Amino acid sequence: MNARPQPLVAIAGNPNAGKTTLFNRLTGSRGRVGNYPGVTVERHSGHIFLDAHGRVDLVDVPGAYSLAARSGEEQVAIEAVLGLSGNPRPDLVVLCVDATQLVRNLYLTLQIQELGQRVVVALTMVDEADRLGGTPDADALEEILGCVVVPVNAQTGEGLPDLKRAISEGLTADAAPIWRWSPSPSLAESIASARAHLPPGWPASDAMALWVLSSLEERAELRGITPELARAAQLEPAAGMAVDEEVARARYGWLDANVAALASDPTPDPWTARLDRVLIHPVWGFGVFLALMFVVFQSLFSWADPAIGLVEGIFGWLGEAASGALPASLLTDLLVEGVIGGVGSVVVFLPQILLLFFFVGLMEDSGYMARVAYLMDRVMRSMNLHGRAFVPMLSGFACAVPAVMATRTMERRRDRLLTMMVVPLMTCSARLPVYTLIIAALFPVGAAAGVFPIQGALMIGIYLFSTFTALAAAWVLSKTMKPLRGEGAPFLMELPPYRRPRLPDVLRMMWGRSRLFLSEAGSVILVCTVILWGLLTFPSVPAPDLTGLNDAQIEQVEMTHQGQQLRESYAGRLGQAIEPTISPLGFDWKMGVGLIGAFAAREVFVSTMGVVYNVGGDVDEESVSLRERIRAETRADGKPAYTPLVGLSLMVFFALACQCMSTLAVVKRESGGWRWPAFLFVYMTALAWIASFTVYQGGRLLGFS
Amino acid sequence: MPEPLSAVPLNTPATLVAVGGERGFRRRLMELGLTPGVAIQVLNIAPLGDPLEILVRGCHLSLRRAEADSIQVER
Repeated sequence: MNARPQPLVAIAGNPNAGKTTLFNRLTGSRGRVGNYPGVTVERHSGHIFLDAHGRVDLVDVPGAYSLAARSGEEQVAIEAVLGLSGNPRPDLVVLCVDATQLVRNLYLTLQIQELGQRVVVALTMVDEADRLGGTPDADALEEILGCVVVPVNAQTGEGLPDLKRAISEGLTADAAPIWRWSPSPSLAESIASARAHLPPGWPASDAMALWVLSSLEERAELRGITPELARAAQLEPAAGMAVDEEVARARYGWLDANVAALASDPTPDPWTARLDRVLIHPVWGFGVFLALMFVVFQSLFSWADPAIGLVEGIFGWLGEAASGALPASLLTDLLVEGVIGGVGSVVVFLPQILLLFFFVGLMEDSGYMARVAYLMDRVMRSMNLHGRAFVPMLSGFACAVPAVMATRTMERRRDRLLTMMVVPLMTCSARLPVYTLIIAALFPVGAAAGVFPIQGALMIGIYLFSTFTALAAAWVLSKTMKPLRGEGAPFLMELPPYRRPRLPDVLRMMWGRSRLFLSEAGSVILVCTVILWGLLTFPSVPAPDLTGLNDAQIEQVEMTHQGQQLRESYAGRLGQAIEPTISPLGFDWKMGVGLIGAFAAREVFVSTMGVVYNVGGDVDEESVSLRERIRAETRADGKPAYTPLVGLSLMVFFALACQCMSTLAVVKRESGGWRWPAFLFVYMTALAWIASFTVYQGGRLLGFS
Repeated sequence: MPEPLSAVPLNTPATLVAVGGERGFRRRLMELGLTPGVAIQVLNIAPLGDPLEILVRGCHLSLRRAEADSIQVER
């Protein structure tokens, strides 16, 4: 039956019980991050070596207070513990039990013992318990629970050898279900009838049947529930509530009677109380929070710049070195612009991802992230967003890619998806060069009504517009899209004591997330870059004859050639083909080409426009030649192509359209499929089209041109 | 007389009588240790008036006022 060469140990525990630190401590640098099959729940795995068994695999079970589940994501916990749905079956479960929260943490232990898994309890946070009135007696606890209990200090590594010994011995121990309570006759009857209909791959045990009875309710979305099982096990609401109460009272009743005496009287952590007096204070709390958010934002917005510049420099140099060393050919071109450029456009996100996850890691591991949600819930909830959505939303002002990844700090899929759907509306830094170019080229420097500098007011206006739209979109989406609907979604969250974050844990998480981004989102971005390169390169226009020309003339001819190449390429033709759909917005086909080029990254719009207008691709948003060229551009009827109204329409389009393949790639990765990125693209593009149409046609009706 | 938890003043000890509300939410609360008979108190209200911070079994939880309405306690 067991074809695995080495034993498997699962590490389970309540959130905030020190599970991650223990896991990292045990596996050292041999950890891997992946996904549980079928869901976007991170699966951490690794291995240790034990004298008696050789290599032993370790897997981390997502933190949970109970195995009962109402969503496919919560269901992962029981699947990992029992080895269902394609997961390997663990030979032993190590339960992290927070010594300062003994009774509540052991609830999960009882559940797992009822299921008949071998259990070893790792008693964590013992130093904290000592400080707060005494660590529970491990020997006495061992006696009561009937399993090995090992106090460990994952921070210092104390107790780890004992834990490894306990694992080694536990792997071969006998396993039998242990129940601490007897179900009432009516519950026993329900268990028996549910048990008779459990699907083949599931253990046909009473505990498994009880799991179904507890989890299966009207709103639950679980995997593997056959219609027969649903008929047999879905209780009427009143009967279900009675079962929930009976089960919780029975387990806590046993714990209160047998374990509570071992636990020290829970004295609140004095440091937490002191810190909270400031950090959730009506004035100081928000002050500290805003200051911290300013630092996070500033770091993404400007501190990441040197690193981003370095990445761009390295890949630019690589590209030049490659094109210098290889003969000029299409293949060289593909290598330089498609592959090297593509890898560069993936790696360029790393500085911001690493920085953001550094802060997110510190905030999560210290317990501060829960306070952020506590402070911001009232505000965010009015848009049906989770309190923790604030950090991703704010990060969206810098870049949507790390911001979408930061939605992981929210537990529920619905909260994550809703945040992912609106984060790309925030004015990211890649839109700035586009706005700068348009504003500088088309709007006067002067002040409106003698007070407001027009250019600055426009910039502030577009920021406010995008923020307002994102919040409104969250509200509308949560009211209209079934999977994003938020009504009745309770807000129940632990406010854990403040703890000093452990740098190795934070670094490991930063690296794990970055690796996932590079391997999964990165490959999509790379493919898109190569496709976009192909669209811009084919069919190719023969190079012009440069004989007998001086340097200035050569430059002019080359820029014209570049422009001609772009205009006649597939991308250029695509721009011309979409002209009928964008002309109601005031755009001509050349702008259409720019919009297609901007799909690689929005700021590429600027250099694409430079090429389209034969002023070369080396322009930036401050480029005078490009501004002048834009002002001089005329339509077929001789009127200027770019008017302030067209500029405004273009800015609105850029604010709302989802013109960023990297965002789509990372949403695909985080949502686990193409459905959500496709929806994101369609709804944002439709929104952009409608808004630009309204601006342009409305402006014309009002007499602007 | 049982009253909703949200009606109990800050830092006033109370005893939990019953948890109401939608099934999944109610089950989650009970799994976190909010079983009848347990001591419970409201420690704090978030600066904007919601959510509340409650203390039960030595654990600090945050839940919204509307949700605290469905928790019946006795002083």
